[in-house]
Amino acid sequence: MRLWIAFWNIVVKDFRTYYLKPPNISWGLIFPLAWTGMFFIKSGKGMESISSILPGVIALSILFGTTSLLAVTVTFEKKNRSFERLLLAPIPLELLMLAKTSGAILFGVFNAFIPVLMAAFLVDLGHVNWLVFIPAVVLISVASTFLGLFIAVAVSEVFEAQTFSNFFRFPMIFLCGLFFPISALPVFLKPLAYALPLTYGADLLHGAIHGGNILSVPIDLAILAIFCVGLFMVSLRNIRRRWIA
Amino acid sequence: MTTESDIAIKVQGLAKSFGDVQAVTTVAFEVNSGELFGFLGPNGAGKTTTINMLTGLARPDAGTIHIGGIDCTRKPRAAQHLIGVVPDESNLYPELSGFDNLCFCAALYGMGKTERQARATELLEAFDLTKAAGRKFGGYSKGMKRRLTIAAGIIHRPRILFLDEPTTGIDVASARQLRQMIKALHNQGTTIFLTTHYIEEAERLCDRIAFIMSGRIVRIDTVANLVQPLREKHVMQISCPNDVNNLSTQLGKEFPDQAFSSPEPGLIQVEAATPIHVGPLVRFLEDRGAEVAEARRIRPSLEDVFVQITGVGADVMRTEKEKKGGAQ
Repeated sequence: MRLWIAFWNIVVKDFRTYYLKPPNISWGLIFPLAWTGMFFIKSGKGMESISSILPGVIALSILFGTTSLLAVTVTFEKKNRSFERLLLAPIPLELLMLAKTSGAILFGVFNAFIPVLMAAFLVDLGHVNWLVFIPAVVLISVASTFLGLFIAVAVSEVFEAQTFSNFFRFPMIFLCGLFFPISALPVFLKPLAYALPLTYGADLLHGAIHGGNILSVPIDLAILAIFCVGLFMVSLRNIRRRWIA
Repeated sequence: MTTESDIAIKVQGLAKSFGDVQAVTTVAFEVNSGELFGFLGPNGAGKTTTINMLTGLARPDAGTIHIGGIDCTRKPRAAQHLIGVVPDESNLYPELSGFDNLCFCAALYGMGKTERQARATELLEAFDLTKAAGRKFGGYSKGMKRRLTIAAGIIHRPRILFLDEPTTGIDVASARQLRQMIKALHNQGTTIFLTTHYIEEAERLCDRIAFIMSGRIVRIDTVANLVQPLREKHVMQISCPNDVNNLSTQLGKEFPDQAFSSPEPGLIQVEAATPIHVGPLVRFLEDRGAEVAEARRIRPSLEDVFVQITGVGADVMRTEKEKKGGAQ
């Protein structure tokens, strides 16, 4: 069986059906623009603040784009039972879920570059370490997508997916060092910050854009990769337990 | 004699519970290759749970499943390439066109672009959907949705096809068309596992039938063998508009070789081991002032067998049809 045909067509179908729809494209454009504008105005430091707020805006764009879309689309397909078609196909479950999440991962990467493109018109990005930035963006997209998958498997209704997503997403805005340094957090919240995958992604982005990372790049990449594998494995286990029970 | 290679589906000691509810209890049966096997039972009898276990959408608590000789209990997804599944609800993608839905389903089975497009075109024509090929599935009528869902189920030419309530909720013409398609697939050699609560549909289509009730198989046999014991009995119904309850008793005394009952007001049912002669009965009734409107011989059907075996009346099945929005 040519598994790659199935894999590729699931990705293409999801792009056509969900990710390339006008509302999602506008979401991908408006959301980063709104966040950038908000923090730009709030900082009151003019153009020089762009570099410092860019990592946070990129991370948030990825996080909200991937978790929203994946959690909603998977829950929607589960609800209308079209997901059963995929489960009935002769494709290993691991490959099936990788195909199902690949669209969201690519959407996340696409979302990440919108604030970068906007920033490129305003500030010089010549100092950005792209060798760290690109793997960071990809790993944040993967981790966020798998978080969306974890959420999708845990709920039954589309509205539950959105509510449950926010339970994870909104604390991350404040706890992961996106806009406020982790060092500024109260002591009791610091361990929680290090238990969240976005902390390591944000640290990588800060390091790549303006050199202000806390942990070394290999450690950040390794921990983020462990989060990706862990979230995927837990989601697969939950799918087997809940959907093929 | 049936050999292992002739058996498409073999199930032994299958059991499944959901919490305290025992959905399926030690179910065992075999379906031969090329056979059209009916799986009948009222709602909640365990039909869909059994199909889900056979197709890998649910894990059995106990028992073994072999599909095409593959042990699906050990490798739940190993036989997926052999089977096609048409669920009880049309579950294709509403945003995709009929053609794109079929092409996508074909791609899930690894079919190349040229092959899947040719197969989709062939099936759209066979299922009379060519004109609607470019329209979104979400805009199809119920009958069209069912036809396309069946087409999607056979896109990869499966050896074994699971059809879960294929004609439920669609109009008479579409149901008839679907039955013809099921017959054609059967004639082409596809093994078909059909669940339905339309007993007459099963009688018309199936080679063998299993009755499931409260999660247990209560009877498996060919349609002919199931109906034969009842066919050996002669049954006649006599309609009398005026009250005939007392006459049933009198008839019993006059014709001791025949059994008389009154299943509903104004109706006398006669059962006998030998052919029933209508003349003496009508004369007897008319002599006693009863007006005989009609006397007709009843040919026992699978529905009678079902009622006899399961104790579930045809009215209950009809209610289930109505609940599901069915029309036949």
